[in-house]
Amino acid sequence: MDKVAVHPPVMDNPAGRAARGRHLQGFVLQSPAIMLLLLWSVVPLLMTLWYSLRNYNLVDPTQQGFAGINNYWYLLTDPDFMTSLENTAILVGGVLAISVGLGTLLAVLYNEAFAGRGIARVLVISPFFIMPTVAALLWKNLMLHPIYGVYSAMMRAVGLTPIDWLSRYPLATLVMIVAWEWLPFAVLILLTAIQSLDMEQKEAARMDGAGMVAQFINITLPHLSRAITVVIMIETIFLLTIFAEISVTTAGGPGVASTNLAFLIYSRALLQFDVGGASAGGVVAIVVANIVAAFLLRAVARNLET
Amino acid sequence: MATVELRNLRKTYLHEEIIKGVSLAIAEREFIVFVGPSGCGKSTLLRMIAGLEDISAGDLLIDGQRVNDTEPARRGVAMVFQSYALYPHMNVYRNMEFSLRLAGMPEAERRQRIGDVARILQLDPYLDHKPGQLSGGQRQRVAIGRAIVRNPRVFLFDEPLSNLDAALRGQMRVELASLHRRLDATTIYVTHDQVEAMTMADRIVVLDKGVVEQIGTPLELYHRPRNLFVARFMGSPPMNLLPATINAHDPDGTMQVRTETLSVSIPTQQGGLEVGAPATLGIRPEHIRIDPQGAVQGMVEVSERLGAVTLLHVRLPDGQMIVVQTGGDNTDSADTPICMTFEEEHCHLFDADGMALARSTDHPLLAGA
Ligand SMILES: Nc1ncnc2c1ncn2[C@@H]1O[C@H](COP(=O)(O)OP(=O)(O)O)[C@@H](O)[C@H]1O
Ligand SMILES: [Mg+2]
Repeated sequence: MDKVAVHPPVMDNPAGRAARGRHLQGFVLQSPAIMLLLLWSVVPLLMTLWYSLRNYNLVDPTQQGFAGINNYWYLLTDPDFMTSLENTAILVGGVLAISVGLGTLLAVLYNEAFAGRGIARVLVISPFFIMPTVAALLWKNLMLHPIYGVYSAMMRAVGLTPIDWLSRYPLATLVMIVAWEWLPFAVLILLTAIQSLDMEQKEAARMDGAGMVAQFINITLPHLSRAITVVIMIETIFLLTIFAEISVTTAGGPGVASTNLAFLIYSRALLQFDVGGASAGGVVAIVVANIVAAFLLRAVARNLET
Repeated sequence: MATVELRNLRKTYLHEEIIKGVSLAIAEREFIVFVGPSGCGKSTLLRMIAGLEDISAGDLLIDGQRVNDTEPARRGVAMVFQSYALYPHMNVYRNMEFSLRLAGMPEAERRQRIGDVARILQLDPYLDHKPGQLSGGQRQRVAIGRAIVRNPRVFLFDEPLSNLDAALRGQMRVELASLHRRLDATTIYVTHDQVEAMTMADRIVVLDKGVVEQIGTPLELYHRPRNLFVARFMGSPPMNLLPATINAHDPDGTMQVRTETLSVSIPTQQGGLEVGAPATLGIRPEHIRIDPQGAVQGMVEVSERLGAVTLLHVRLPDGQMIVVQTGGDNTDSADTPICMTFEEEHCHLFDADGMALARSTDHPLLAGA
């Protein structure tokens, strides 16, 4: 393209005016994308805020009008709400701990040369391509079902009574299922990061007297710190809103034992038809997500500095 | 400081033998340089000494003790890598401290020793810097410092200067040489740069395809190359080599050698080549004199004026090209016919297998060698 046509000659203009002109031009060119993004995110946000301040229950259309902060009040004083916050934290924290911890070890392992490494790498990555609903169903019916499940059959084979994991330990089982889904992502990112580690650095450390563990702590782990932060950030964003796995396996139960914030909002809106209350939950979820994001971004920014 | 002895060391990767039996005894405080073309196995040999590569066969002795199966850190050797391999997330101080900390040295002693080394290498102002904030030369110094603080018995260098620009390389070369004199450490230094080899080495080991071609002092290699490979490899511009035949040999061993365009007589020891045998005549560019009475005629094709010296690329009547080195004040330009004399006492003669024929006279610089 002819460059002169895009940036008309500005010889006669003072430098400041030229810069402002370019600035304005850039803004005009970007504005369609910005407007679309605004519509996309701000309109739903405003609607949610609006509903959260109103009495709005689909079962009882006669009860209408302004509710003030009542929706929030009911939500925040509801013991289920605190439970759901706790469960969200446990889900996010548990899955992060397992996927990052185990993912780092597996990445180190899969970086070593061994026979069949290529196939092993594909296998360890493959759970990531299974959609959450299917993964949850697989675990619920194929693996952990107290009667037909593979796990149960294995337990019976050695004469033990299988545990009904999903009803006895619903939250821990969910953490396990979701960690299984996210482990491949962590391994994938960390493995690519580990491959960029200069081998001579590890050799230098070896000559300096570092054993395998000292090399891992002093060389590999610092090298991976950036990638680990990225994994934590991306996983957190997705893990805050886990829904399909809960809906498929436990439906939030027994009671609210495995209900997280996302599932609580869903049950308020679509099981109890309380649009106002669900919207209040949505606003709280946005606030929580933003608090977490602020912390994460600060950590990432610090880590990406050097 | 320590002696190092290599006894018939071999290295095999899968089915390919990379190091084919290298034997070498290195004395205390000696500065040994491994040279050879890229891919000849210099790094592999050095890494075998360091302990980073397993030794397939043969013995490696440091101070008389076999260390084939000793962990790298326990061999008492320190290595400076080509890429420096500094720890990027540690500052300069921590980089040098790492090995001492792992060895469990007390804090005060570590501080003292790193301070001393930093002073020698003029690194004091940079102790808080991360490697990423340093220039190439400074990183090089940190890598050397990291090796020195360990107080090793043997220093290993793998092409440590090849990532620096020419000016810095010259400067670091001098610094390394003076550092070696100061530390009096046994040093093994790998390079493909023959200037580094010539200037720094006590003895040079020329390697080709995993085989030692020659071991000797820089001047031995330069003036008495054992074979065609060493003759070609050492010296810049390289030695002129002309195909020749033996015309006659005198009873005292002096060979009358003919090429297409000239004949010289070379003093060799008796029992050399038969009359009529094919051979190669070698002569270095600085040993061809421009001489109006000279017997060899040629035509200047290109004249390279380097200032201190001038290199004339001369075509002989049979089409062979040779390089002649003369003074910087030479005025011969392209297409000038010239006459030359080959200094017979500096001519080299190689047999059909490329091996040099032993000379009957010693080189004055090599007396006693
Ligand atoms: N890990 C390895 N596996 C197989 N071959 C190797 C390995 N490392 C080096 N080689 C081969 O060994 C030869 C010598 O390599 P190297 O010692 O690095 O040469 P130099 O340092 O002299 O350039 C090369 O031909 C290289 O291909
Ligand atoms: Mg090399």
